[in-house]
Amino acid sequence: MNKAEIENLEIRSLNVREHIINMSAEGGCFIGASLSCADLIVYLYSEFLNVTPENLTDPERDYLFLSKGHDVPALYGTLAELGFIKKERLLNHLSTNDSIYWHPNRAIPGIEFHSGSLGHLPSVAIGVALDCKMKKQTNRIVVITGDGEMNEGTFWEALLVANAYKLDNLIFLVDRNHFQANIRTEDLIPLESLEKKFEAFNCSVNRINGHDFEEINAAFKGINTTGGKVNVIVADTVRGKGLPSIEARADRWFCNFTREETGALVRELHGEAKAKLESETLIVR
Amino acid sequence: MNYEETLAGLAKKDERIVVMTAENRALIRNMPALLGDRFIDTGITEQTMIGAAAGLALRGRIPVVHALASFLTMRAFEFIRTDVGIAHLPVKLCGYIPGFLSDANGPTHQAIEDVSILRGIPGMEVYAPADENDLVAMLPDMINSPNAAYIRINNKKMSYQHSDYVPGKAEVISEGNDITLLTYGLLFENTFRAKAMLEEKGYSVGMVNLRSLKPMDEELILNIAGNTSLIVTVEDHFLTGGLFSILAEIFLKNTITCPVFPMALRNRWFKPALLNSVFEFEEFTPEKIAEHTVRELENVLVSLK
Repeated sequence: MNKAEIENLEIRSLNVREHIINMSAEGGCFIGASLSCADLIVYLYSEFLNVTPENLTDPERDYLFLSKGHDVPALYGTLAELGFIKKERLLNHLSTNDSIYWHPNRAIPGIEFHSGSLGHLPSVAIGVALDCKMKKQTNRIVVITGDGEMNEGTFWEALLVANAYKLDNLIFLVDRNHFQANIRTEDLIPLESLEKKFEAFNCSVNRINGHDFEEINAAFKGINTTGGKVNVIVADTVRGKGLPSIEARADRWFCNFTREETGALVRELHGEAKAKLESETLIVR
Repeated sequence: MNYEETLAGLAKKDERIVVMTAENRALIRNMPALLGDRFIDTGITEQTMIGAAAGLALRGRIPVVHALASFLTMRAFEFIRTDVGIAHLPVKLCGYIPGFLSDANGPTHQAIEDVSILRGIPGMEVYAPADENDLVAMLPDMINSPNAAYIRINNKKMSYQHSDYVPGKAEVISEGNDITLLTYGLLFENTFRAKAMLEEKGYSVGMVNLRSLKPMDEELILNIAGNTSLIVTVEDHFLTGGLFSILAEIFLKNTITCPVFPMALRNRWFKPALLNSVFEFEEFTPEKIAEHTVRELENVLVSLK
């Protein structure tokens, strides 16, 4: 990727982050988890996935499954930026007039399956990957999982099965933002060494900085979809990335800001003054 | 034709059908050779199997999945409800050894709340064949229905000649003014023999093989309610949520009431033993069904006087 291409991705990511910030008022959203994987989702739709607003029913398109679910504002924002849905539709966030809520669902063009209950979409993706193999199609199936999600046994169960069927058309992308809901993963249910765990499950593993487009690009360009191994990319990310006032904070999981605060956060995103935040964070768990 | 031959015949004609199992191959041993990569064994992973079945269905397949009924319906329940139910995908769930058929396995293996929990999922159909002939008769419609479905697999060989299978309709074995026995699945045979005993005593006995609990033949149930002195429900299921509850829902909805005596499992798992001993211990032998029915009918007749 050349400099101009990277700059384009950075601009698109900023736009998506603005959408995410705007969705964190009037009801709010899981802003931290959305910001941590915004760059990954923007990269996938811009550079990697064969998915466009025009080919959503093509059986040979690539698939993205958002298994962690809470990051869906990043996907809504990306789909709006790329013309899958109209940008105005994002104003319907949390309204009964539309289906733009806290977890993904298939009423939104571009969203392949609903999620919300963790540890489900790895197995759903296995079904899709098996069918693509049966039909000798070369689609690639990407599953974005959270690191907290890896507490769920079904994640590892699915890895066993995916390995048994040598699903090299399957790519697990781990948004390693180092947080469960409100606690650091390593302080509650430690996951490291993640690479060793995935290697022990016979996966092909790569670990990258999930905010560096060159590293992301190199990892995805290096994916081998004929090597007989399930592909895993562990992307180290920062929860709340782009907004220093909420980055990597245990208490900024689900946020419902005032419109004044989201305005200030947009200015903070663009490197202007740091936002003053008074809204308390809703701690659901 | 047996279950496997029928399923193989359907799969041969329809490329959409894939046969899956969580390493329970008892009734589908020849499928790997017959179906090649359309046979998928995910190992002992009921949850992953259901998720994968949803993914296959998303791609236009009709997955017919097999596992022991208790693990299929309960261990994987949230996957069934969330991945199959919410998405309205035509995944066909085949539960082995449901109800009393788990005989000596013990309570871990007793699927006796399966009807209750599965029928609560929007769009989910629930089937319970009386024997192998009944099973193979309903199989094509169950698989071709656009809905998800759960079936209590019962491949017991029986000589009874069933009437033709009609989707959504129960099988009327006989009509009777004194008593009508309603049953489904494995307990068909004992109920049928109880009916003969009751008839020998001079009672006019109706009997219905329900075949599907959802859809339920409501029209028939309402018709029976007005034409028989006592309805007896006979099921190897907890009292809560099964046939007795379904009747209660139908009668309340139609603001009618009538005497119903439920024979079901009450508030405890059944005593694990070989099947015939289970029937004896739990009082589901033909003799006991007949005995309880006569006693209840007499109570009803006394109360009417």
